[in-house]
Amino acid sequence: MDNQTSNASVVIDVRKAVKKYGSGESAIYALAGVDLKIYAGEYVAIMGPSGSGKSTLMNMLGALDIMTSGQYFLDGIEISSMDENALSVVRGRKIGFIFQSFNLIPRTTALANVELPMAYQGIKSAERKKRALAALQVVGLTDRVSHEPTELSGGQQQRVAVARALATRPSLLLADEPTGALDSKSTEDLLDLFDQINAAGRTVVVITHEHDVAQRAKRVIRMRDGKIISDTLNANQGVSA
Amino acid sequence: MNVLEIIRFALRGLTINRLRTFLTTLGIMIGVSSVIILTAVGNGSSKAVQQSLDRLGTNSIQVRSGSSGFGARARAVSNNTKPLTILDAAALNDPKQVPDVKQAAPIANANATCVNGSSTSTPATFSGTWPSYFEASNNQVVKGSYFTLDDVNQGRRVAVIGNTTATELFGTDNPIGQTVKCAGIPFTIIGTTAIKGSSGFTDGDSLFLAPITAVENSITGYQPLSAIIVEAKSSKVTDLAQAEIQTVLDTRHKVRGTSSRDYRLFNQASLLATSSSSSQVFTVLLAAVAGISLLVGGIGITNIMLVTVIERTREIGIRKAIGAPKGVILSQFLIEATILSLVGGALGVIGGYIGSHFTIVGVKPVVMPSSVFLAFGVSVLIGLFFGGYPASRAASLRPIEALRHE
Repeated sequence: MDNQTSNASVVIDVRKAVKKYGSGESAIYALAGVDLKIYAGEYVAIMGPSGSGKSTLMNMLGALDIMTSGQYFLDGIEISSMDENALSVVRGRKIGFIFQSFNLIPRTTALANVELPMAYQGIKSAERKKRALAALQVVGLTDRVSHEPTELSGGQQQRVAVARALATRPSLLLADEPTGALDSKSTEDLLDLFDQINAAGRTVVVITHEHDVAQRAKRVIRMRDGKIISDTLNANQGVSA
Repeated sequence: MNVLEIIRFALRGLTINRLRTFLTTLGIMIGVSSVIILTAVGNGSSKAVQQSLDRLGTNSIQVRSGSSGFGARARAVSNNTKPLTILDAAALNDPKQVPDVKQAAPIANANATCVNGSSTSTPATFSGTWPSYFEASNNQVVKGSYFTLDDVNQGRRVAVIGNTTATELFGTDNPIGQTVKCAGIPFTIIGTTAIKGSSGFTDGDSLFLAPITAVENSITGYQPLSAIIVEAKSSKVTDLAQAEIQTVLDTRHKVRGTSSRDYRLFNQASLLATSSSSSQVFTVLLAAVAGISLLVGGIGITNIMLVTVIERTREIGIRKAIGAPKGVILSQFLIEATILSLVGGALGVIGGYIGSHFTIVGVKPVVMPSSVFLAFGVSVLIGLFFGGYPASRAASLRPIEALRHE
């Protein structure tokens, strides 16, 4: 893919992001002015204890929540001023979500789950199926396509979720504590999968509080009290903000 | 995202909890079919009343003796009451005096029990009359023949009987030509009338009609007439005919003011109006009861949809997170509600038609097509209306909150 050339293009550009809950003296700042740039092809881990604002930041980055003030550009498009309907389109096209609790649609086969975001984008059935099967092949679940979530192990469910996130070819893969509900073997498999996906050029952002998960990323951002307190490179690849 | 796909989502949503879907549909179904059946019962009963009145003849007027008022004054004038006579009946057959009257027939009622061997029968109507009675009272002879004016003039003891009387006296045997004894007097049966059914409280087929002369000669003696039945030329001129009858009888009975009349007129048309308006009230009442059950069904849909939305909040959150637009979520839940009410409504229409085939409390229901369209339409509207609120609640859930929902 365009791994080499994308070093210059910015996927995430957050400027002075503030998220305030409540008002007046009792106001709590979940984000107290965060500036963050993430470039295409990066593999970033965001760490911090609970209450540090990392989940709030993840919700902002995923266009699931709106910030109180500040700007957010995703792929060069300002989305901090979009309405809910436009945001749902952005989520569908630009972002692939992976959640701690998998969040697959119950009583729906793996294939249908992977097809669903493409269905919302209006992609035709045949094309959808082709892309969904390809994505399931990437995560190694070709033999589980017609299984429902309850018939799959936790690791398999999370891989279906990864396939669902990949199938829309998003600019950004956003994972919120993806290994939180997995055993160590499944965790290892999933992190290998992330490496593989990132190696293919996809931008990956993982929110986690586990050090061994963060170690696999190329860049680690630590947060505390709604602010970024450190931003370091794990290895000598990637760029820093 | 096309409509078919949203419908598929909606159908899948409905199959998740089949029992609940079934019960909600049942609620709507009961509402719709009860609207159809109950209005059909109301309609059927009003039709039945109308038919029995039609059989009586809407253009017939009965003249009976007696003052129109009650109380002291009525009693005071009752001494001057002139009985109705054959001559009155004859006068009402004079086209010059009563141009809008087709014909009139005197009626002399008797109470008599007829005997044929071991079978007995006491006809509800045992009357001596003229042949014109048959047409004026809307009675037709289907077997045998009418008695004639000649029979009346000669005082022949012949009789035409109704179906109930014939069955009571002769069973399945052919009554024509047989002789029965009524109050000890032999009468020869010469005809039977078409089945009329019951009109109100009397059995219209418990009937014994003979020439007035024969009845007066042998059973009642020469008494005042019980009534005179008058047939107007058409139901449109009933009022005119009534005024003419009053003019003739006022003159003949030397009535000075309308309040001192010694006879009364009974008009089937006015009876018809009263009864049809009362059966309309009945229908409206039934429809109101049924409408309430339809409303309850609708509230059931709201309830179920609200529960469904709450139960599936997390799923809605997931769908929104992976890019489902608000409109699609709204449509999905609206379509779910609409399918519930559509299916319930359709089953209700079927149930209503099936239920209307049975006789309910003695009434044969007659389905009103308007009630079918109304009930079905209302049920679909209820689905949209009552499903709309939960659907918009689902659609406006913020994904972040929906995802946090456990």
